[in-house]
Amino acid sequence: MVELERHEYDVVVVGAGGAGLRAAIAAQESGARTAVVCKSLLGKAHTVMAEGGIAAAMANTYPEDNWRVHFRDTMRGGKMLNHWRMAQLHAQEAPDRVRELEDWGALFDRTPDGLISQRDFGGHRYARLAHVGDRTGLELIRTLQQRTVALGIDVYMECTVTRLLTGRGGGAGGDGADGVTGAFGYWRESGRFVAWSAPSVVLATGGIGKSYKVTSNSWEYTGDGHSLALQAGATLVNMEFVQFHPTGMVWPPSVRGILVTESVRGDGGILKNSAGNRFMFDYIPDFFRKETAETEDEADRWYEDKKNNRRPPELLPRDEVARAINSEVKAGRGTPHGGVYLDIASRRSPEYIRKRLPSMYHQFKELAEVDITAEAMEVGPTCHYVMGGVEVDPDTEAARVPGLFAAGEVAGGMHGSNRLGGNSLSDLLVFGRRAGLAAAEHARMHPVRTALPDDALADAARAALAPFEREGGENPYTVQHDLQQTMHDLVGIIRTAPEMQQALDRIAALKERVANLSVEGHRQYNPGWHLALDLPHMLVVSECIARAALERQESRGGHTRDDFPATDAEWARTNLICSRAPDGSVALTRQPLPQMPAELAEVFEEVPA
Amino acid sequence: MTYDATFRVWRGDAAGGDLQTFTVEVNEGEVVLDVIHRLQSTQAGDLAVRWNCKAGKCGSCSAEINGRPRLMCMTRMSTFGEAETVTVTPLRTFPVVRDLVTDVSYNYEKAAQIPAFTPRPREADGSHRMQQVDVERSQEFRKCIECFLCQDTCHVIRDHEENKAVFAGPRFLIRLAELDMHPLDVVDRRHEAQDDFGLGYCNITKCCSEVCPEGIHLTDNGIIPLKERVVDRRYDPLTWLGSKIRRRPRD
Repeated sequence: MVELERHEYDVVVVGAGGAGLRAAIAAQESGARTAVVCKSLLGKAHTVMAEGGIAAAMANTYPEDNWRVHFRDTMRGGKMLNHWRMAQLHAQEAPDRVRELEDWGALFDRTPDGLISQRDFGGHRYARLAHVGDRTGLELIRTLQQRTVALGIDVYMECTVTRLLTGRGGGAGGDGADGVTGAFGYWRESGRFVAWSAPSVVLATGGIGKSYKVTSNSWEYTGDGHSLALQAGATLVNMEFVQFHPTGMVWPPSVRGILVTESVRGDGGILKNSAGNRFMFDYIPDFFRKETAETEDEADRWYEDKKNNRRPPELLPRDEVARAINSEVKAGRGTPHGGVYLDIASRRSPEYIRKRLPSMYHQFKELAEVDITAEAMEVGPTCHYVMGGVEVDPDTEAARVPGLFAAGEVAGGMHGSNRLGGNSLSDLLVFGRRAGLAAAEHARMHPVRTALPDDALADAARAALAPFEREGGENPYTVQHDLQQTMHDLVGIIRTAPEMQQALDRIAALKERVANLSVEGHRQYNPGWHLALDLPHMLVVSECIARAALERQESRGGHTRDDFPATDAEWARTNLICSRAPDGSVALTRQPLPQMPAELAEVFEEVPA
Repeated sequence: MTYDATFRVWRGDAAGGDLQTFTVEVNEGEVVLDVIHRLQSTQAGDLAVRWNCKAGKCGSCSAEINGRPRLMCMTRMSTFGEAETVTVTPLRTFPVVRDLVTDVSYNYEKAAQIPAFTPRPREADGSHRMQQVDVERSQEFRKCIECFLCQDTCHVIRDHEENKAVFAGPRFLIRLAELDMHPLDVVDRRHEAQDDFGLGYCNITKCCSEVCPEGIHLTDNGIIPLKERVVDRRYDPLTWLGSKIRRRPRD
């Protein structure tokens, strides 16, 4: 009998970023006994890194804005691969989700008449992002954290889930299929094991960026939720689409990848190459030509007069800007440190910059000794977000396993092949709430609780302790480094078939190395051990990305194939689904895109470009 | 640009520990957290340290560097001489869990005790109207990343475990100030600030403001105005009388 702490809940939420906390709040408020389990301390989640704002068509600055325009922008930003129903719910519900944050204490920046101020961002037709300077994510996480505390929700901090438990009973489906019965994990502080029995589990674990060498993501982003879902029998969709944010820091090397918010461009910043040219005008794709300015004069006028001018090309969707920067650097027109220049100093007053972008000012001053009110920043693409994730029902966020739900970055479908800036914070509020409500409802429908079987718990404990049992094996940090290098070199912004094939071979070799890792020390707060347990997740997610990316023989959104540079009409109708094959490997199937109803398709006619 | 630095890092747990000396490579532009990570990946795989964003936004990697409370991710190695020994120790105000990780649950307990934000009703059109100038006062305190460096440096609790029960620390005094100045909040927490959270223990030495990585003026803009508001209520004879009358039992 394995020694462990046991708890019983109606709903267990894995992850305490925006989606997890919003789900927990919804579940608790609808009467479910709810717990949140998170790898870090409460309030430290990666959501704090979101800078620009929350996209919501509140029409506070532009009365012309409404959910239909937001829906259209989102679908076009995702190159029409988004699940239409998710994009619709998201655009319709985001304004209410922002307003309710104010009832919980959030303080957004204001318009002159006292309403929530909204700022410009890439791919959004109107100024739409509710924001607090450039620290909107912190405001969001603190507001949800304080609401979570006020509601008395149990939070298991610094606690990592390593397995989902499934079986008959509990959250099982009506047709007798296995459902969720709980989760197994360990306290990071003590290394002791803990099990939660619950008919509903909401995954809100965020993304996968730590599999890449240059990333804006923290150590937590190891794809746990993606991997746990696969193992439990759920499916992943759109895994080939990884967003490289166009502007990460490039110098000094130790800060390479740290995010430089898109607000710099939304507030007037421009991109220049080493020759001083505003190169984005050379990279306007036909798909966005009608809505993008052709001259610098028109682009500059747009900030003041959006009716009669078109958007600057710096505010094209992120995939377009990231590719353009990549091309400029490859063509030898980059900065000394391999980026391009992002210049707001020559375009806005120091006071304006410090007021609108205080944390960017601070970040460059402290980490790079660059004063962004006086000189240009050096920036380049950084792995930022995965569009792919758990395939869910748009209305309930239910995965294919009964009792399993997913919301936020770990869920797939909402953003199609590319996410617009600002749509992430609204995504996690809209779908976090929906997942929490559906999880609570599912728990109500399954009042009979099943005991967690001892053999499953013992097996999970054995697997977690295995790295201590092995002697003389490899150091987990070396294996992680090699994986990051592989994904960076071979499955990055620009992809080719031979490189991805090579990546898959290397991932197979890395899997063998991970099976033979050993760690030093003991179970108490041991980062080497924690990494050893995260690595299998990182590998399975990396394999999903590489397999799906190899299969999709076209370029679209966050997936660019050097050997298939055009979009393809057949692929425009096809999603790729990853599942777990009986032998434990990743299986890939094609699935037709859900059909958008005619009344929504009309939106693309009625809203002018 | 690359050189070998001498690092002394405290290693141990609740039972005790000591400073261990390492020689470790340092490259251009690096911060202390980079060097700690290099130690982890090359010399001490089980070295315990908290961190997340590595950009000064999450407040996880707090420690004492050469005795000063700092974020490891925002302390550049170029601020030290190449020959200088860099000493990294855990936050002294909180019990050690292991190595550089401390038990900060005190802060989460205090946070949970503060009476929650309670808004006035929305306006007829469903929105809240506030002026920018009015939200900015509370916004300053909402910049707080909860690194707890102010708690670490505050002498009321730094070497006085006994005060922790009656004193919430600068982080939560500015939380109270934030709520007090919040344009929408309708709850008066001045009694609690004084009686439950120990506002009176603060003798405004401003050590907290000095270590704040966000540059929040905890003392000048938060704690002192809150003290003044408490005084207004306590020592104004009419307010005092009013509060006594209202508090009379109604049966």
